[in-house]
Amino acid sequence: MIEAIKLCKYYEGVKAVDGVSFSIPRGVCFGLLGPNGAGKTTTVEMLEGIKTPTSGEIRYKGEALGKRFRNEAGIMFQHTALQEYIRVDEALKMFQQLYTNTRPIEELVEICALEEFLSRDTRKLSGGQKQRLLLAIALINDPEVVFLDEPTTGLDPQSRRNLWHQVRRIKAENKTLVLTTHYMEEAFELCDEIIIMDHGTIIAQGNPKALLTDHFDKSVITLPLSVLPDDFQADGASTLHPQDGHMEILSVDVDATIRHLAERQISLQQLQVRSPTLEDLFLELTGHHLRT
Amino acid sequence: MSFRRFLAALQARNLEFLRDRTALGWNLIMPVLIVMGFAFAFTTGQEELYKVGLHGDSEQHHDLEAFLATRYVDYIQVDDLDRMIDKVDRHQIDLLLDLEERRYWVNSTSPKGYLLEQLLLPYGLQREALSGSEIRYVDWVVPGVLGMNIMFSALFGVGYVIVRYRKNGVLKRLRATPLSAFEFISAQIASRLLMIVAVTVLVYVGTDLVVDFRMVGSYWLLLLILIVGALSMISVGLLVAARITSEEAANGLLNLLSWPMMLLSGVWFSLEGSHPLVQKLSLALPLTHMVDAARVVMIEGAGFTEVASQLLILTLFTLCFVSIGSKTFRWE
Repeated sequence: MIEAIKLCKYYEGVKAVDGVSFSIPRGVCFGLLGPNGAGKTTTVEMLEGIKTPTSGEIRYKGEALGKRFRNEAGIMFQHTALQEYIRVDEALKMFQQLYTNTRPIEELVEICALEEFLSRDTRKLSGGQKQRLLLAIALINDPEVVFLDEPTTGLDPQSRRNLWHQVRRIKAENKTLVLTTHYMEEAFELCDEIIIMDHGTIIAQGNPKALLTDHFDKSVITLPLSVLPDDFQADGASTLHPQDGHMEILSVDVDATIRHLAERQISLQQLQVRSPTLEDLFLELTGHHLRT
Repeated sequence: MSFRRFLAALQARNLEFLRDRTALGWNLIMPVLIVMGFAFAFTTGQEELYKVGLHGDSEQHHDLEAFLATRYVDYIQVDDLDRMIDKVDRHQIDLLLDLEERRYWVNSTSPKGYLLEQLLLPYGLQREALSGSEIRYVDWVVPGVLGMNIMFSALFGVGYVIVRYRKNGVLKRLRATPLSAFEFISAQIASRLLMIVAVTVLVYVGTDLVVDFRMVGSYWLLLLILIVGALSMISVGLLVAARITSEEAANGLLNLLSWPMMLLSGVWFSLEGSHPLVQKLSLALPLTHMVDAARVVMIEGAGFTEVASQLLILTLFTLCFVSIGSKTFRWE
């Protein structure tokens, strides 16, 4: 559906995106993942036709981005505003008039749950309501491909889960979705395929679950730092990753590691064992945390 | 060009303008208040000086020495007799004396002219009577205030708004739709023009209700001048907004354009007698041509052919600014 070939974007000597290639098949939810400044928004804005690449090529259904793409793509930007002093229903109507092929407004109101604030001034919406309206606008031309750029950044957990629910409904309609996020959990929940970006390049690519099993055969054991002696050493099966107030022990053999802890009389009262997340994978791949 | 898309963008902008009550109120009330202020200021505290135009060399006419030495009279040496006759007709000077031909012009309806005429009676000069009604400052300033209001509304309503759209991401959102730059710009021009015409008509009516001012020309011609003038101002706004991304920069640049225009386009005072360079500079400003044309229509009842040159110049300004503005326009 969409193909990016050796995309580069340079700003005054800074390589925001540096030779990125990937293809997005029809009907998948494709995630671009990475910390702030990794180059994912720049990459997605080049895919959307908003930014021109310094070099490289983008193809939509085999052709360069053009009128067809504008008519068939729906975009929800990270930072955007609507004209002031217009109501939610008026905003929907205005955007509907900009397209030839459109979806009934009632349907969008239902999908994005806009009913309760349909006649409210767009400036008076909460963060979650505004994102739902922007999502509805992105769907107004019944797009074949929907771009969602950090759709849940800044939302409370409840609004985030609501938006995920709506994204799943769109997915169920067999639309192609392109999602950028710095929430690993979000990518894991929604995406069929992801690329993980850091410093403008792709550092991993694939199905999120497969990526974890391929790159990551460890479990994560956490303990408060206070229960560990200062000279605590890892056993042969694990590595230590001190965090704020607690220690993360990445272990390939949980049994062996717990035995090792017990032998050293360390209290296991607050011990937690969890499966690795994409966050751990990112740490493993880059040596730094996603949100730093 | 899709008319449907154009209308959608036009309607959104119209709603935004009409629902912004503070700005709308300001647009309507400010010009009326300005005119009222000036009408009040210039009817209560008129200067005491009498103004007499003199044509010919006063040194050569010793018999008139006593008259020419009258105190509280400002004697102005003039060359262009015909223009000065018009000024007597419009009460802009009280009396005009042609020393060579030993005659004078006075407006029969002017009290000041009457008093000066009494002083001239002993000299037995030939009397040329005129009867035009007085042009007061308020008559002169109303076309200027209308023009100035149009200028501010056009420059800031288009220039500033587009820059704000660019900065807060409205333009980015619209760019992701099939709406073309041409459709978007046309909608902005049309919306602002509609609003300017509506607001100007209301301001005109409002001013007319509270202040009595002179309008002897054609209303349709005045409307045409205001529309053509507004278009030229809107196109200046577009040019400013073509690329700028910061509201502060836009604000500065718009002020930099509007203040000299307000001062150098003859809105508040006539540029007659000002430095020739200032007069030349004023011709480069669209507001000058709009205000001049509106003034001759309102005060002197000028017809289309008399203002055709100004309309042409304003149209040329518009074509030039719009073409540069749309060529250099950037969504981001």
